[in-house]
Amino acid sequence: MTSGEIVIVGAGPAGMRAAITLARAGRRPIVLDEAPSSGGQVYRRPPPAIRRDAGALYGFEGRRATELHRAFDVLKGDIDYRPGTLVWNATDTRLHLLAEGRSRTQSWGRIILAPGAMDRIVPLPGWTLPGVYTLGGAQVALKAQAVGIGARVVFFGTGPLLYLVACQYAKAGIDVRAVLDTAPGLASLEALPGLIRGGRTFLKGLHYVSWLRMRGVRIASGVRPVEIGAGADGAVSGFRFERPGGREAFVECDAIGFGFGLKSETQLADLLGLDFAFDHRQRQWLPVQDADGRGSVPGVYLAGDGARVRGADVAELAGERAALAVLADEGEGAHRSRMAALGARIARAEPFRRALDEIAFPFPVELAREVPGDVMVCRCEGIDAKTIRNVAAASGTVDINRLKAFTRLGMGRCQGRVCAPAATEILAAAAGVPVEAVGRLRGQAPIKPMPLSALAEASS
Amino acid sequence: MTVFDAAIIGGGLAGCSAALHLSLRGASVVLLERGLCGAQASGVNYGGVRQQGRHPAELPLSRRSREIWGRMPALIGTDCEFAMTGHLKLALTDRQMTELVTYRDTAEAFGLALELISRDALQRRYPYLGGGLAGGSLCAEDGQANPRLVAPAFARAARRAGADIRENAEVSGAWPDGDGFGLRVGGAAEPVRALRLINVAGAWGAKVASWFGDAVDEGVIAPNMCVTEPLPVFMGPNLGVCGGGIYLRQVPHGSVIFGAGLGVADRDRSRARPLGEVTCEAARLAIDMVPRLAQALLVRTWTGIEGCMPDGLPVMGPSPSTPGLFHAFGFSGHGFQLGPGVGAVLAELALDGTTPTPIDGLSISRFHPARSDQGRSPMARSGPDGGMQDRQDNQGN
Ligand SMILES: Cc1cc2nc3c(=O)[nH]c(=O)nc-3n(C[C@H](O)[C@H](O)[C@H](O)COP(=O)(O)OP(=O)(O)OC[C@H]3O[C@@H](n4cnc5c(N)ncnc54)[C@H](O)[C@@H]3O)c2cc1C
Ligand SMILES: Cc1cc2nc3c(=O)[nH]c(=O)nc-3n(C[C@H](O)[C@H](O)[C@H](O)COP(=O)(O)OP(=O)(O)OC[C@H]3O[C@@H](n4cnc5c(N)ncnc54)[C@H](O)[C@@H]3O)c2cc1C
Repeated sequence: MTSGEIVIVGAGPAGMRAAITLARAGRRPIVLDEAPSSGGQVYRRPPPAIRRDAGALYGFEGRRATELHRAFDVLKGDIDYRPGTLVWNATDTRLHLLAEGRSRTQSWGRIILAPGAMDRIVPLPGWTLPGVYTLGGAQVALKAQAVGIGARVVFFGTGPLLYLVACQYAKAGIDVRAVLDTAPGLASLEALPGLIRGGRTFLKGLHYVSWLRMRGVRIASGVRPVEIGAGADGAVSGFRFERPGGREAFVECDAIGFGFGLKSETQLADLLGLDFAFDHRQRQWLPVQDADGRGSVPGVYLAGDGARVRGADVAELAGERAALAVLADEGEGAHRSRMAALGARIARAEPFRRALDEIAFPFPVELAREVPGDVMVCRCEGIDAKTIRNVAAASGTVDINRLKAFTRLGMGRCQGRVCAPAATEILAAAAGVPVEAVGRLRGQAPIKPMPLSALAEASS
Repeated sequence: MTVFDAAIIGGGLAGCSAALHLSLRGASVVLLERGLCGAQASGVNYGGVRQQGRHPAELPLSRRSREIWGRMPALIGTDCEFAMTGHLKLALTDRQMTELVTYRDTAEAFGLALELISRDALQRRYPYLGGGLAGGSLCAEDGQANPRLVAPAFARAARRAGADIRENAEVSGAWPDGDGFGLRVGGAAEPVRALRLINVAGAWGAKVASWFGDAVDEGVIAPNMCVTEPLPVFMGPNLGVCGGGIYLRQVPHGSVIFGAGLGVADRDRSRARPLGEVTCEAARLAIDMVPRLAQALLVRTWTGIEGCMPDGLPVMGPSPSTPGLFHAFGFSGHGFQLGPGVGAVLAELALDGTTPTPIDGLSISRFHPARSDQGRSPMARSGPDGGMQDRQDNQGN
């Protein structure tokens, strides 16, 4: 039984694999993606002007990227792929899109959400200076524009992207001054059993680290960031941090890339009214899904990092599984064994992910809770950490939405997508409650800022 | 067992103000709020503090309330960002301009001064306005405030004055009991008892009223609200238009807030959401009114749940069926400005049995002509077309 258009949001590995699966089964899915070309964050194709070969562009991922792109391209005629299309609002029957500077609507019967993830940051003194980027932002600059964020760069934070981006920069001939990890150390023995089960991915990670070491790049674990220094010109001049044990050090640099893992993009799930639950490993509220990737609202499916950050390989598996769940729900039962096999492969990746999230690269909760008072937390609205603490104390507020109402935190352009991870930790610490008790900031349309003229055109 | 002088159902602005005014008179008060004070309509509205354009039945209350807005720092310790920016109501046609002239005279009788502005003067004084306007009417003493702050600030002040403010306390039933009332609150076995009962349950007010047989038809609306990124400050007064199609204001830090049309509300689940199509239409109307907004970025839309009466006027006054019970709900999109005054008047009704502020036209009895000798107030409107127009005009701004 079919019930209207099948729409996929996102053309990363999850969305592309879902589209391929559906097209091969004789459906014609609509694929909406904000980006100008397919591939998502990991397999993003650069603009034609700076074509490079897959090996140089994707490193280890070269073969996989090429395969996925080829499979997608071959089916172009069977997939209604619409790049450059932002989904800015969603209701139970239709989506609002922004494409070519105009808003329009698209109805959906079933929808696979595969919007991916974004960098997770913790503010620290100096993070709003010119020359400071997220790790993902630093990578995009290199991949999409073939330019680095600076000539002498420090990377800090934690997560696999930290080492990956540092390698990509070093390979591009940029002076990587240091790679500084807030986590206790990749070689942490506790993490090892889980990590080894990551197989290929784990080896890749080890390779990045040893490759950087071989190149003489300074790598330190267990550091605590102190501040990003500013030069006379007001731009980044260096990075001050504490080594394990408390000794301070300073590295000169002209740009900084930082981030603490990724957070799922969940606004569309929110607008569609899906149930959410707090995920302790990712320390984020995530849409609830069943074993096959179905959300709590009929017709809504989830896949990839937007459902839960588990990397590109799992994203692809989950994309295929969600597509098969769509087919199953339309009465095509022939895919059960394939779905079970996909489920098993996704489950096998779990111990590795757990080791990554919990032991190898844990989110630095203490750092977030102790953001110094005069550091800007919500950049859009100019709300610093002490304001959060003062308002929490004066009003007895325990709820992040209440804090938003009193302070404007999270009301600006990004709607709290950047500041929420730190703001919820600061509030939880101030109120003396677990972080899940402060709730979550609700997503509201438009999920990204939109020119009024684009909206107005839709209506005239 | 404690018997309060008054129990209040609902911690919106009306309820929090009632709690404060009762406490200041020395009465013992308990306020019961299902969620958090000011988290429903009172906390998410447009923030327009407007008297201009109100129905005569509501103007005395609105005047009373405006006086309180002016002394909030002394009363509750903060101005809640209330600013007297003025409210400029625009006429698109000459006929509408004539209506503004007539309304100016009506308002004058209530002591409200309005300044009529010609087509040419409009463009001179407010060069950011789009063309095609026939003129306008400025109420200099109207303005705007930050709705998110007001009801909680009244609640805190009430608490300081001795009121027992209970949040996360849903009233699931209430009944006459001896010479007062009993209220069932949450899962508690013991009812809360009080001599007087004040129903300020917003969009859920008619439901509370129905427990006492005061049946009335309360609809629900969800004004669709939009806000831009911060822009350089350029706008003076709040803007509205005859007929109520669109309303806009700029907040001190630069964002422009505007509203037009309605989203959808589910009163039973306490959920409301704006509609994309309505947002698109609002953007078009906003640009028509203030062309420079075309390039501004919309960052967020939202809405809230508001009770709406068939004639677009609130219900306010004593219960016709139950002595000691007082209603004030169904503010139909324009109860934020009224809130402080509603609380003051309710305190008088509950403690003195009477109020110097005329509110007869708002009585719940206007919907039960058979049961009441008051019947329909001559001020409440009857004609369908004028009524509709004014009602839209009243919504949300
Ligand atoms: C900045 C960044 C860099 C990364 N770099 C790497 C890397 O180098 N190597 C690696 O292994 N992993 C990397 N990751 C992790 C990587 O994202 C995932 O493992 C993988 O790409 C997830 O695939 P996905 O299909 O779930 O999402 P993505 O690949 O993120 O694809 C999601 C797509 O959805 C689109 N989208 C999102 N919201 C909307 C919307 N509302 N309307 C329309 N389109 C929308 C996005 O534009 C994007 O193209 C990175 C993550 C981030 C955030
Ligand atoms: C989007 C929007 C824009 C608006 N713009 C304006 C404007 O610009 N200017 C203006 O003057 N007005 C405006 N209004 C109208 C104004 O916000 C409302 O009229 C006013 O806030 C109503 O206040 P209230 O206290 O009666 O109701 P509410 O603020 O809704 O408070 C009622 C409270 O009662 C509680 N409650 C209900 N049932 C129970 C129960 N059984 N037990 C315990 N608690 C209960 C609810 O939880 C709620 O908190 C707007 C409204 C909306 C929604």
